[in-house]
Amino acid sequence: MAITRADVEKVSLLARLQLSETEIETLTVELGKIVAYVDQLSEVDTDGVAPMAHAVEVSNVFASDEVKTSLPREQALANAPSHNPRGYLVPPVLGG
Amino acid sequence: MSVVEHSASELLELLARGDASSVEITQAYLDRIATDDKQIGAFLHVDPDAALKQAADVDRRRKAGKQIGKLAGLPVAVKDVLCDSDTLTTCASQMLKSFRAPYNSTVVAKLKAADAVLIGRTNMDEFAMGGSTENSSFQLTRNPWDRDRVPGGSSGGAAACVAAGMAPLSVGTDTGGSIRQPAGLCGVVGMKPTYGRVSRFGLVAFASSLDQVGPLSRSTKDAALLLETLAGHDPQDATSLDTEVPRYTASIDQPLEGLRLGIVREHFAEGLDKEVEAAVREAIKVYESLGATVKEISLPHSKYAVATYYVIAPSEASSNLARYDGVHYGHRTDRAALLEELAAERKQLEAAGDQAALDALDSSLVRMYRKSRSEGFGSEVKRRIMLGAYALSAGYYDAYYLKALKVRRLIRQDFDAAFEEVDLIAGPVTAQPAFKIGEMADDPLAMYLVDLYTVSANLAGLPGISIPCGFSKSGLPIGLQLQARPLAEETLFRGARMFEQATDWHQRRPGADSRAKKH
Repeated sequence: MAITRADVEKVSLLARLQLSETEIETLTVELGKIVAYVDQLSEVDTDGVAPMAHAVEVSNVFASDEVKTSLPREQALANAPSHNPRGYLVPPVLGG
Repeated sequence: MSVVEHSASELLELLARGDASSVEITQAYLDRIATDDKQIGAFLHVDPDAALKQAADVDRRRKAGKQIGKLAGLPVAVKDVLCDSDTLTTCASQMLKSFRAPYNSTVVAKLKAADAVLIGRTNMDEFAMGGSTENSSFQLTRNPWDRDRVPGGSSGGAAACVAAGMAPLSVGTDTGGSIRQPAGLCGVVGMKPTYGRVSRFGLVAFASSLDQVGPLSRSTKDAALLLETLAGHDPQDATSLDTEVPRYTASIDQPLEGLRLGIVREHFAEGLDKEVEAAVREAIKVYESLGATVKEISLPHSKYAVATYYVIAPSEASSNLARYDGVHYGHRTDRAALLEELAAERKQLEAAGDQAALDALDSSLVRMYRKSRSEGFGSEVKRRIMLGAYALSAGYYDAYYLKALKVRRLIRQDFDAAFEEVDLIAGPVTAQPAFKIGEMADDPLAMYLVDLYTVSANLAGLPGISIPCGFSKSGLPIGLQLQARPLAEETLFRGARMFEQATDWHQRRPGADSRAKKH
């Protein structure tokens, strides 16, 4: 299936990327080629084959229900580009 | 013989006998880094004072007869993707250029507990996406055998620093070949363990069902030593395997009796370089001379491995990299410029009376995410996020992601059937020796196809190793890949060691000529 410019624009919003004009053009072509290549998977008969999500299938790994100390707030905030002593700061969400 | 020519195992003996101190050894490597790394570019960050301090501390404790760790005093380089709270963890990305992890990855914690001297952080493709280290947003790394060529990737710095004698051991990560391929192109040993063998806790995630940490070194014995230090169950990684880790170094010198070696028919198809093919076939003859039985096998779904990989890996990456939102850590776009840009767009749309476009205009928060991510990520990372987001988006999930997961099982079943008949599978690591810097820059798909022989091991979760098995006429290293069934690292090491003891390819070093060549 051919990838269109509209697909690229839509996916760039889903992926929270802002692409330049040139990037949109290049990616439309490049993603088109890559998707055309991976389309060969459609020729494989996978009827009745269960999807394999992990290479070594372990399931239901539970941690014991213990209270442990978590990362101190100060450390959790230390790498934030913008924060006050209590939390992360972001641009206005409403009315912005 | 200079200290930097020794293997890690030899250095540990020198240290144990008191013939060399860790400070002397560490200084020798730091000297080599100081003279050579300006040209090679393997390291993103080296802190000589901190390394020498660690070394002096180990020397002091050794002298005092105190308990010391398994790698006590030995310099180890770490790929800049494993969190270390004592330094930056950048993933070679502008996104994380000043990120300081608040905790250690389990791998780094184990290295510290083993008293290794952490000598520096190695360069890589941004977020481990790439096969040449050209996608690093900070610097190029050059192949020590020919500085016009790439070292491979994504663990290019990890392989180049070992090849150039700037570290005896280094830790890399392998999602689709990122340890084995650069090891092959740089003429060193590189090993990817079974998925889940080594904890991924504190490893910055690329594709979580494929990522695995592993060793790079000058000999299989050194790789075994490093793996047995790093491997083991970790409650902090739910996918880490709760199985005992054998002492690989204890058994590695025992050759495999009656070894059944599998050769994959599909590996020798069109596209394989003649010199690479000749070296690999010669290596197989070496095994025959050592008593191995060679059997041709078929992995019928292996031709779909790259397509399967380039659906699964980008899908997982697009999900994993959603965390870089410019809020919690990492790069954030300039606030004033952002608000100005949005105001200007709004004004323009209002003037044009375009109500639909006005309704669709990003909120300031969404635009902040989009601008921060677009400024922080390089082009390959964006390409993969887009590819993954597309494959996972409504209407395409079944056709791409789900389909790829099913083919993944078929690929694994091929291996399971093959390992009924053989103990190890031997073949090339890459179809060509190292390519020229810039050669593949404009063709992402061609670059993806470089992973042809390595991605299957990640999809199937198998352990694989790349060992030196020859050189092209122009003097570029060629690697032999061996693969084993899941958790059979011991067999893999013993099999690789047999070849290493019968040949001397692993003892070749980039010559003085190439060291002196200026750029």
